[in-house]
Amino acid sequence: MTAYIIRRLAVAIPTLLILVILSFVLMYAAPGGPFNSERPLPPAVLANIEAKYGLDQPFWKQIVNYVVGVVTQFDFGPSFQYKDRSVNDIIAQGFPVTLTYGFWSFVVAVGVGVSLGVAAAIKQNSWLDYLAVGISVGAQVLPNFVLAPLLVIVFTLWLDWLPGGGWNGGAWQNMVMPVIALSTSYMASIARITRSSMLEVLNTNFIRTAKAKGLPMRRVIWKHALKPTMLPVISYLGPAFVGMITGSVVVDLIFSTGGIGQFFVNSAFNRDYSVIMGITILVGSLTILFNLVVDILYAWIDPKIRY
Amino acid sequence: MFPNKATVEALEDAAHMAEVQGRSLWGDARERFFKNRAAVVSLVVLICIAAFGFLGEFVAQWERDFVDFSLMGANATQGVPSFETGHYFGTDASGRDLFARVVQGTRISLMVGVVGALVAVVVGTLYGATAGYFGGRIDGIMMRTVDVLMSIPFMFVLILMLVIFGRSLFMLFLGIGLISWLDMARIARGQTLTIKNKEFVEVAFATGVHPLKIILRHIVPNLLGIVIVYATLLVPSMIIFESFISFLGLGVQEPNTSLGALISEGNKNVGNGTPWQLAFPLFFFVITIFAFFFVGDGLRDALDPKDR
Amino acid sequence: MSLLEIDNMRVTFTTADGDVNAVNGVSFGIDAGETLAIVGESGSGKSQTAFAAMGLLAKNGRATGTARFDGTDLLTMSQTQINRIRSKEIAMIFQDPMTSLNPYIRISEQMAEVLMLHNGLSKTDAIAESVKMLDAVKIPDARNRIRSFPHEFSGGMRQRIMIAMSLLCQPRLLIADEPTTALDVTVQAQIMQLLGEIRDDFGTAIILITHDLGVVAGFCDRTLVLYGGQIMEDGPTQALFDNPSHPYTRGLLKAVPRLDRAEAELLTIAGEPPDMSRLPQGCPFSPRCAQVQNTCPSLRPELQAFGSERRRACLLPVEEVA
Repeated sequence: MTAYIIRRLAVAIPTLLILVILSFVLMYAAPGGPFNSERPLPPAVLANIEAKYGLDQPFWKQIVNYVVGVVTQFDFGPSFQYKDRSVNDIIAQGFPVTLTYGFWSFVVAVGVGVSLGVAAAIKQNSWLDYLAVGISVGAQVLPNFVLAPLLVIVFTLWLDWLPGGGWNGGAWQNMVMPVIALSTSYMASIARITRSSMLEVLNTNFIRTAKAKGLPMRRVIWKHALKPTMLPVISYLGPAFVGMITGSVVVDLIFSTGGIGQFFVNSAFNRDYSVIMGITILVGSLTILFNLVVDILYAWIDPKIRY
Repeated sequence: MFPNKATVEALEDAAHMAEVQGRSLWGDARERFFKNRAAVVSLVVLICIAAFGFLGEFVAQWERDFVDFSLMGANATQGVPSFETGHYFGTDASGRDLFARVVQGTRISLMVGVVGALVAVVVGTLYGATAGYFGGRIDGIMMRTVDVLMSIPFMFVLILMLVIFGRSLFMLFLGIGLISWLDMARIARGQTLTIKNKEFVEVAFATGVHPLKIILRHIVPNLLGIVIVYATLLVPSMIIFESFISFLGLGVQEPNTSLGALISEGNKNVGNGTPWQLAFPLFFFVITIFAFFFVGDGLRDALDPKDR
Repeated sequence: MSLLEIDNMRVTFTTADGDVNAVNGVSFGIDAGETLAIVGESGSGKSQTAFAAMGLLAKNGRATGTARFDGTDLLTMSQTQINRIRSKEIAMIFQDPMTSLNPYIRISEQMAEVLMLHNGLSKTDAIAESVKMLDAVKIPDARNRIRSFPHEFSGGMRQRIMIAMSLLCQPRLLIADEPTTALDVTVQAQIMQLLGEIRDDFGTAIILITHDLGVVAGFCDRTLVLYGGQIMEDGPTQALFDNPSHPYTRGLLKAVPRLDRAEAELLTIAGEPPDMSRLPQGCPFSPRCAQVQNTCPSLRPELQAFGSERRRACLLPVEEVA
């Protein structure tokens, strides 16, 4: 198991480096620096500013500085747009918000999705099954940027039950719609994957063996069928995580929750490269870390993997 | 030993049965597909949507970029959808005809979806088939690369690219296509591994056919079924993807538009009493995605009956 | 009274391409301690007969008729009732030992749960008992290896584990569904030897489902030949082998390759196994039968007793079967 984890780490670390270097190269290749605005600055001033941000140094030195800064101190440098704030300040402000509603969305997606999928598979062709299938088909055509405005129309404009935006220190009223908007389509996918995986597992020979042993259905499902059922679900958690992080951008925009997504889009419009890069790298590292956790979870369930 | 009469008859029977079973795979698939009502209806819907997107301009009474200044500011009362004014779907906040804009949005979304899926499928199939065919270390390195790329949140990298190289349709096509080939590569590789050991490939290899030719002539055609299914299911994902970017305002730029951009605009104006601005683009978006999913599902069931 | 008495059993599967009649009115019995072979080609309904009796049919399958075990019908039992019989009274081992053990659970768990469920043993006792049983089926170093996962064993070892698991509650009937098909020839012989020892040591009645006549010859008291979901003939193994009374049995026996006779070619039965959704009205074997009569395709032969304890279903008189 330890060897397995080490091997996965050996892949994760270069991936992270590639991501950092890729972002930096893209930014370096950008036509026009961040300080080329409508009114050109006097050359002397520009040179001063560039010296301050280290932009006057040769490419390789810039990249080494940046990578070393990121790796050793988790320092993404100063923001080019907000002169008085570093990228770290911005992340420190927005990230806890994203993390909070992201966590709950994840819990809802996995919890509800798996329960619904298992129930649908056991009661195949019952109303519960049709409900689960219906939800998962419906959710496919309602991505978060479609669902979120609809939620606002229904729950804020018509029913006036929930505030249409803001964070309010993470009050549950402010959290309900972001979590629903972010989790629904992943919940539906997880339900669909769980259902078909469970149906497949229930048809395997070892489930027939378990039944032939006289085990009650409850035990057949919980003890024998659930673990293998979860394998494809676990493989899907990585992509779901990426999707949710991406979706958080929409949530931040529509509900003004103030997470990193909002800063990300603002920076995209303002060409605030260091913030974009910082957030991209942060999100990338989280994803890579998460995938590592998923891999370990997978190996924990499937004994054939830990060799 | 001569076979007796009964044996001969039995053999003839067997041969007859084999003939019945030996109907072409595609013929069988077509029959199964047309038995699937949801898929057939969806196919008709798709054809209608495509007709709307590509021919709707001839029906529209107004140019899509004509700004009716008399309607500006009074959109909620004057821009209501009506046949009399010729604004079938009403007007948007700038007084432009929404019908013409939805027509264009649908067309662009369809094009982005299809072209994006095409890029992804071609790149992915060739990459996956190559990795699967050569196997061994080449396969290891190629698929490890896919693994690595898969664990990067590409939406962020794509946005970074759009910011740096400017927002253009070309960049969007390229970015979307380049991101989405990874899954296809995995699927194609898996299939190739099973096809690789079939006799016809071994014969081709044994007779010294060039590997590239084996991949293109023998392996890729046998991947066609799964590729078609995957491509059909990829189109709606591509449309969603593009709409997402356009929703953020980073995709298709004014005066051009896509369904995602229109939905975003409709969403911004939700509080202004112009629900049609959200309703019409949303309707076309939802039924397009729905139709593609059902057609894709139908194709999968038709081409892969064991999965039923 | 027989231990298990199956009467007029029919099994039908509903599929998208219509109903498939896998078993069509099969009746037979097995006594305590007896060994019965059910022989037939793949798709002849031999496995489905056993699955139906155990209530293990796939979801789209239904069984009619009766299967009385100790006088009570297994087919009409509640789920709870049949669960009490499974493994405790009737145990089953399956064709493919590679997939029949749960790959995600340790052998110790998979075996112990049977004893904990049926005999109310504590986990420690159940595992100790399981180790004994693994020793009995000659798993080396069972005490330590019981903690392993299935993939850490070879195919033959896994089938031994399956057998050990099925014997934990000392069932009165063991149904072995092609237990050696997926194994190497040398391993096959070992497994058959093991089954023989079990029969002798525990007095377990065994139904051996197989398509391999070679396996049957030395092992089973009685043999039953199935084709197209119907019994072609049955009787004491020795008599049936010496004097097959049905053209199909004769064909099967001829198809067994033998080293002691110099024959130029391998004999086969011409034609394909039948399409179970479109069986002929008459004898299911008639399309392939070398001695087919005019009436065979339309008139279904009854299963009739003849000789000593034998039955056959063929329109041709016994003497004319060649």
